[in-house]
Amino acid sequence: MRLLTHNMLSSNIKGVTNGFPLQIEAVKVVEKQVDFNPDFLKNMFSKVDWTALAAASKALGYADLPEAAGADMLDSDDFLRRFHHALLQLHLEEGALVCPETGRRFPVSKGIPNMLLHEDEV
Amino acid sequence: MPSKIAQIRLVSSHPEVYEPCDDSFALVDALLADQTNLLMHNPKLCMEVGCGSGYVITSLALVLGQGACGAYYIATDINPHAVRVTSETLEAHGVHAELITTDIASGLEERLAGLVDVMVVNPPYVPTPEEEVGRDGIASAWAGGENGRCVIDKILPVADKLLSDRGWLYMVTLTANNPSEICLQMRDKGYASRIVVQRSTEEESLHVIKFWRDSDDILQANEVGAVNKTGPARIFESLLSQFPGLLFGRNSNSSST
Repeated sequence: MRLLTHNMLSSNIKGVTNGFPLQIEAVKVVEKQVDFNPDFLKNMFSKVDWTALAAASKALGYADLPEAAGADMLDSDDFLRRFHHALLQLHLEEGALVCPETGRRFPVSKGIPNMLLHEDEV
Repeated sequence: MPSKIAQIRLVSSHPEVYEPCDDSFALVDALLADQTNLLMHNPKLCMEVGCGSGYVITSLALVLGQGACGAYYIATDINPHAVRVTSETLEAHGVHAELITTDIASGLEERLAGLVDVMVVNPPYVPTPEEEVGRDGIASAWAGGENGRCVIDKILPVADKLLSDRGWLYMVTLTANNPSEICLQMRDKGYASRIVVQRSTEEESLHVIKFWRDSDDILQANEVGAVNKTGPARIFESLLSQFPGLLFGRNSNSSST
């Protein structure tokens, strides 16, 4: 699971009002080479919750993102490279996503998060 | 030269996962038939709901290409075996999609709202007793409840929520699903529609329908050579002509095409 995907996921348990972002428990992290695409990054920047991305990135052991970011930084190649790495190249391979409100763990196995709920959670 | 769509011999399998079949082929044929438009559309984010073997999302990634100008792909399935098989199929073709085991798009609906430029769905459309819907394993790939509409009717509002302003939806339907009624319902939500592929086999008659928001209506109308009328009236007429004898007909049309 890439961190762009993490940035799009919320806890889906019935009644949870504050389900984003899911906290990350990282057991295994892998890096995979992805073609650098500045246009894609610029397009996605406004859709990404930066605070959540920076925290997730840190949880995967990559602390080179600034705490806050503005659109003016998109002119910087250095910034775009870091953004690219955090957003697309880091993968949570094994671990869990944790609902910030209830503490319910959603397992991530072989890079795939399992968001299926139990009957009493729907 | 790399093949344009997924190769059957590279599609992974599992006893509890639906294998590519006529409906999967029809959906991929629809993507190929619309390939020029898709490439011009240049989607940033593509999604498949119910990815099964991974044949369709892999083909979509191959049709659109990945790399420097590629899109981001997300695929979901309620069946954990299917999601794993999809990941093997993607890997065998050297393409990537983000996979999530979930019911339709549960967990994504809030943050992914309005971001999906292309969505593809081959839903469980087979009419079955209601109690067969939502069972584990391979049954989730086909059990569609009354008129096969149970899951389709859950997917459509989610699609409406997730699709971007320029979002397109390609969906497989069976005649028994009453596709003209589906199109009229989507019309009420502001979508135009057309049939991209129509296919009849001995067992079933399939349509792959493309839905898009009305704002780029005119462009699409030109594409299919619609007559020079404007607004909903034309769309409605085009719907009528696309589904001869089917409008509002339920369970009476299994042999009509």
